[in-house]
This record gives sequence, C-alpha cells and structure tokens, in this order.
Amino acid sequence: MSNAVIDKSAVAGDAPRPGLKQPRLPKWTPIGLALISVGLGCGIGVAGDLSSKTQWGLIAALLFVLISFTLTTKVEGSRQAKDKLATSLIWVCFLLAVIPLVSLIWETVDRGRTVLDGYFLGHSMEGVQTILPGGGVYHAIIGTLEQVGIATAIAAPIGLLTAVYLVEYGRGKLAKAVTFFVDVMTGVPSIVAGLFILTFWIIILDFDYSGFAGAMALAILMMPIVVRSTEEMLKLVPNELREASLALGVPKWRTILKVVLPTAIGGIITGVMLAVARIAGESAPIMLLVFGATGINNNPFDGAQSSLPYYVYEQWQLGNDASYNRAWAAALVLIAFVMILNLLARGIARWKAPKSGR
Amino acid sequence: MKTDIEPTSPTEPPALASSRGTGRIGDKVFLGLSRGSGILLLVIMAAIAAFLTVRAVSAISDDHGNFLTTFEWNTSSRPMVFGIAVLVYGTIVSSIIAMLIAVPVAVGIALFISHYAPRRLATPVAYVIDLLAAVPSIVYGLWGALFLVPHLTGLYKWLDDYLGWTKIFEYNDGTPRSLFTVGILLAIMIIPIVTSVSREVFRQVPQMHEEAALALGATRWEVIRMSVLPFGRSGIISASMLGLGRALGETMAVATVLSPNYLINASLLDPGGGTFAQNIASHFKEADGPARDALIASGLVLFVITLLVNGAARLIIARRKEYSGAAA
Repeated sequence: MSNAVIDKSAVAGDAPRPGLKQPRLPKWTPIGLALISVGLGCGIGVAGDLSSKTQWGLIAALLFVLISFTLTTKVEGSRQAKDKLATSLIWVCFLLAVIPLVSLIWETVDRGRTVLDGYFLGHSMEGVQTILPGGGVYHAIIGTLEQVGIATAIAAPIGLLTAVYLVEYGRGKLAKAVTFFVDVMTGVPSIVAGLFILTFWIIILDFDYSGFAGAMALAILMMPIVVRSTEEMLKLVPNELREASLALGVPKWRTILKVVLPTAIGGIITGVMLAVARIAGESAPIMLLVFGATGINNNPFDGAQSSLPYYVYEQWQLGNDASYNRAWAAALVLIAFVMILNLLARGIARWKAPKSGR
Repeated sequence: MKTDIEPTSPTEPPALASSRGTGRIGDKVFLGLSRGSGILLLVIMAAIAAFLTVRAVSAISDDHGNFLTTFEWNTSSRPMVFGIAVLVYGTIVSSIIAMLIAVPVAVGIALFISHYAPRRLATPVAYVIDLLAAVPSIVYGLWGALFLVPHLTGLYKWLDDYLGWTKIFEYNDGTPRSLFTVGILLAIMIIPIVTSVSREVFRQVPQMHEEAALALGATRWEVIRMSVLPFGRSGIISASMLGLGRALGETMAVATVLSPNYLINASLLDPGGGTFAQNIASHFKEADGPARDALIASGLVLFVITLLVNGAARLIIARRKEYSGAAA
C-alpha cells in the first residue's frame, strides 16, 4: 500500500510496527453497516410516513453507501474509501438490474401458467370470441415453426458459405466489403427488413401475404448472425489441420468440406441455433408480411398465417382480461421455446467444442 | 486473426495438375458458391436501400407538408401531409434515455460478474444474463405494458415533486405511457445484451496487466480503472452501439408501452411522441398504397440512421483492432 513506508527504527526494534500495516476495518463491517442502515431506513420510513417500501429500501441503500464511505475514509484512507464506494455501486447496479429482469420472468411464468394447458397448445383462435376465455395458440406455433424453418433453410447455407468465403478465401476488396456490410447488416432493424420484403415481394412483384414472405424477412435478419458466429468458429480451427490436408494433395474444397467444417461443426450448429432463437421472437416483419390469422393455415406459401410473437401482440391489443391471459401464456410458450433452443445450443457447444491449437 | 493459407503455387508442374482435374473443377465451383453468397449479401443490402428509396421518393413527392419538419402524420387524407420531425425526436430521445440508463448499469453488471461476484454467484448470473438477452422483445413489450407502466406512476410523481420545476420532468396525472417509459423499457431490454458483450471483453483483459497493478499496491477499483476499463473501452463502445441499434429499431416493445401523438412535449413524462418503428407498426394495418409508401419513406430514414450508427461503431472498433477479441 502506498503509505507502507518502512520505518527503519521500527524494523530494527521489536515494538509493534505502525508504518507497515494500515488500519483496517474489521471483516464484519459491511454486514454490520448493512443492518444498521436497513434499521435506519425503516426508522426514517416509519417516522417520515413514507408509504412506498421501495423508498425505504432506497433510503437504506443510500445510507449504507454514505456511512461506509465516510467510515472508510476516516479509518482506512480515501483510496480504500473509493474502492468501497465502487464496490457498493457495482452491487447496487447488479441488484437494480436484477429486479426488473427477475420480475419479467416471474410475471410471465406466474400469469402465463393460468391458461397454459394441453387445450391451449392444441387449438387455434378460429371462432373464439375474443373477450371470452378459451382458444389457443396452435395456429401460431405452426406458423412460427414453418416461417422459422424456411428462414433457416434460406439463411443457414448462405451464411455458412459466406463465412467460408471470408475465412478460407477472403482476400482483397470484396472480402473487406462483405465483412463490413455483414457487420452493418447485423444492425438492420427487423421492421426495415420487413418493409424491404414488402416493397419487393408484395408491392412490386404483387404476391399476397404469406408465411414465406415473412420467412424471407427473417432470413435477412438471420444471415449476418450466422456469418458472424460461423466465422468465429472457422477461425478457431487450427491451421495445422488445413496444412496437413493440403500437404496430402487434397484439393482445397475437399479440405474445407471434410476437415475444416467437421472440426467446427459443433460451434456452427450452436451459432445457427442461437440465430434461430433470435429470429423466432421477431414480430414486426410478421405483422407486415404474414398479416396474422385466427385459423390454422398449414401452407406457408399461400395466405395469411400467425406466429407466436405476433399472437402475443394481437392478444395484447384486444385489451381484455381473457386476451391478456392468452398473451401471457403465449409469451411463456415463446420464452420456453427460445430458452430450450438456447440451452440445447450451449449444450452442443460444450459437447463438440473444437480443440483449439493452443 | 486471419488464418494464413498460402494459395496453391502457380508454378506447379503440369503433370501433377492434370491428375487433379476434378479438384480444380470442385475448387472453382466451391469458390464460386461461397463468393456468390458473399456477393448475394452485398446485393441484398444494396437492394434494401434501392427498393426503399424508390418507394420513398414517390411518397415524398406526394407529401404536401415538409417531410423533415412537419409534425403531423396524416396519410389518410388526400393530399397527404406527413413529416418525420416528431419521429426523429422521439426515436433519438428514447434511445438516449435508454443508453444513459443501460450502459453504466450494464458495465457495472459486467464488472460485477468478472471482478466482484464470488465465483459461485458469477457463473449462474452470467448464464442467466445470456439467456435474458435472448428473450423476445414482444415479451418485454407485454411486461412493459401490463406491469411496468402501472408501477411507474409513483416514480413519476416523485420526479415531478422534486424536479418538476425543470419542465422536463413535469408530470400531469395520467397513465405514464411516455417517451421516458419507453426509454426505461428499452434500457431493461438492452442491458443483457450490452452486459454479455462487455463481460466477454473484460474477460480478455490480460491477467498480467491486472497483476502488475495489484503488485503496485492498487486497490480493486484502481485495477479496474487503470487496466480493465482502458483495455475494454472499444469493446464497451461496440457493445453500446449494438444496444443502441436495438433501441433505435425496436418496434413492438415501443408500440405496446407508448400512447403516441404527433406533438413534441417539453416534458418527457407526459404521454405522447412516437418513434419510427412504432409509427410504422401503428399505422400499417389501415394504410393503403400511398400511405404505405409514406411509412416506407420513414423506414428508409430509420435504415439510414442505423447504418450510420453501425458504421461509426465499426470505425471505432477498426481503429483499435488489437482489442477485437476472439482470436487474440
């Protein structure tokens, strides 16, 4: 520590050496202070007649930070005090952010499970009076699966090949441009992708609303994510493998297909699944291009469909208790779908992690 | 880092080359396919810009207001009068509020996970944050509309009591479906994303830097200030830009919590205002041909804004490429 100036006489002598050790607050100080400030916070809350418990908590937190700061400044010096302040602030940040996020999950699960059952999963909204309970989400699940499936079928090969190009062949201006625009494309808002397909497919080519139109917009959103993640994975493949294969006279394309891609396949699948999870929750392009429907439409190439995220939005818009319940239940189904995909993807990533050459 | 594979030598003996005829063709096909996909991506980007521009031009020429400065959005009357002034204001203000809240908090959480939390807490927290980043925005929207909005009244009254004199935080009773609410919801939405990217960067800070600082007697905060934050700065910026991109283009979450109108309020807490994406979502269903073009025109502006933001982020990161991560 900075003021640990060694006092020569102290080193020589056998008396306690005050210069070597900084005064420290005992270890239980934070807990003690926390208790004191919670007590004070409640006291002030009661005395000041503050109705909101949140305010009590905030006052307590503020008191804790202030007391621990001044106390540490007095005993341990200002540098330590700043350190303590930063620690408290970071804990506060964490707790502050955890509250809404936990509440989000809690509310969805809590309100969603009231309606969620086999009937809800197995029926559509065809002929259901929207202000009454009943109806279900089957048509939306079908829509989501089909649209996301088609989007993946379009985006995954293109994204994969682009990543192969960037890593294995990419030199010069074209590769630079592709890299830059892939990054930029990651930021294209979903509604803009939707508007583009709307202009191109529905206004100019004069097709009707369909699941396929929505899938094309989703594919646009998916491609850059797939390129990015695949690229990272291909870069992890050790160069020795490629060189060994090429040295045996294997042509480059077979090296890529038989050596590079299999080595990275776990990571690539993970990336694709994370991208699927990401686009499965997009509702804006669905609203513009698939239009939403109450009945079951199994054909993604003809006519309006629904999708889970859009179903949530629709039910929210209806604005009555029954529809709110359906919206929460559908949101729960959607979250479960996305979470399962995520967990699976992470499982695959851990299971098939490429052994990097380091 | 690029993997360095030398291209096959141009001076290989002809006898060998002939025996590898199939390889040559395969190579050509494969190179063609993969280069083609790369080019296709560029074509799509160009097409987005081109198609939107064509429709936007036709809409703007029909506009009897000034596209940039008109407040109202009246596309059902003929002639149409519409402008993006309110939308620009609403989009930028709500995104700024979101960034002001989200970035410090997210960096705090990232530091918490990488440097402060006990190991047993850090791993599950990091995992949960990553999962939360995948929660669809419509779920945030539903939660925002049905849970967050009713719970904000107290906060807004409090802000009005103490900061009402600034006019910015003036609050007249009513449901708090305002731009400030949108900002808070967007902040909650992007915190997980910004956190997980920043955490990734903080993890890559060379151990040596931190240990060197500790050896010099630095406290934990000084280590963070002197070695972690400078190393992670470009990473934090790119994470924030990623979050900003989300916030700018967010549609459904905004559409659910905002009650839009076409005025610019001095107060952030009063209901009203609008954003590009929300405006498109709210008007699309009843829009006919020309009205749809007007919405496309506003979509084009949003597209350009996000392009600029992302391009800027790229440039910042490219300047400090050595910190870019993965293959360091």
